[in-house]
Amino acid sequence: MQENVEPPSAPTDQAPGDVEHEAAGSFASYTAGLGFALLLTLASFVVSQTHLLWAPGVTAGLIVLAIAQMGVHLVFFLHIGTGSDNTNNVLALAFGVLIVTLVISGSLWIMANLNANMLPASAIMEMQR
Amino acid sequence: MSAHAGTAELAGAIPTIPVTSARSGGGPAPVRIVVAYGFWIFLLSDIILFSALFAAYAVLSGQTAGGPSGHELFELRHVGIETLCLLFSSYTCGLGILSIEHRRLRSFYLSFALTFVLGATFLGLEVTEFAGMLTRGAGPSRSAFLSAFFSLVGLHGAHVSAGLLWMSFMVAQTVVKGPRDFVRRRLLCFSLFWHALDIIWVALLTLVYLMGAR
Repeated sequence: MQENVEPPSAPTDQAPGDVEHEAAGSFASYTAGLGFALLLTLASFVVSQTHLLWAPGVTAGLIVLAIAQMGVHLVFFLHIGTGSDNTNNVLALAFGVLIVTLVISGSLWIMANLNANMLPASAIMEMQR
Repeated sequence: MSAHAGTAELAGAIPTIPVTSARSGGGPAPVRIVVAYGFWIFLLSDIILFSALFAAYAVLSGQTAGGPSGHELFELRHVGIETLCLLFSSYTCGLGILSIEHRRLRSFYLSFALTFVLGATFLGLEVTEFAGMLTRGAGPSRSAFLSAFFSLVGLHGAHVSAGLLWMSFMVAQTVVKGPRDFVRRRLLCFSLFWHALDIIWVALLTLVYLMGAR
């Protein structure tokens, strides 16, 4: 029994979205999140509507801004952070991100390949004769 | 008595497990954490559902079949207002959760009323946009691009409608039952849902509207 006893201050889990227990800090967190999100949204609109970025890089820029804004939402609104009490939530999120990445990038990759390797419609008609 | 004897028998059969040790911080997690964690897993599965539609849209976005493209259809000013509505509603929803945790009911009702109005405005703008596209003959049956567009954006809109319905139920429940533990748990789940919808909208705004309107 002796070696199984843990210190009483072992961290408990935190529910996703749960606000930390001091009140002022969480109000500031929501407001900071709103500010960052507004800034990033504005930046996305500016990047897409002006020639601020080199034209072929606009897509990459928009993707980076969108991922940054999702991060802001996760940290400031959903309170998914890096604390030791948050490990379960972050692991679930990481698994979700893995699946989403596989679905989206896999579909794009396969369909692009398929497009490149398909016979033109006229050639298919020729073969069916 | 017999139940007690059964427990003792069971404990005798498995002698190696120390029943009383506080290995994970003292027994099962509180209900609030278990409920919110389960709901978080549901939200992630919902996001995976969206990812399939995002993939379909990304593949089909160029297939306009001679019909109108996103460049001709999307009005970015309109979309910008929608984005602001949803972002501010997410913020007021968070403030509402803060208020209910501190039992400030009046500020909770105010925050959730604002959240509802902003969410309903978003939905109204989206319905207007869809109606405008339909009258221009750009319905979901016009091209593969428009089918993918309507299913993706429509599914998000359906989620927002469900959220508005859920929000009204939760406010009614708070009025009737007060800020009890289970009411606050449900409100926490609702706020997670609402914030997740905003995250999906960020992806939607970027992939569909900002990239499509260029």
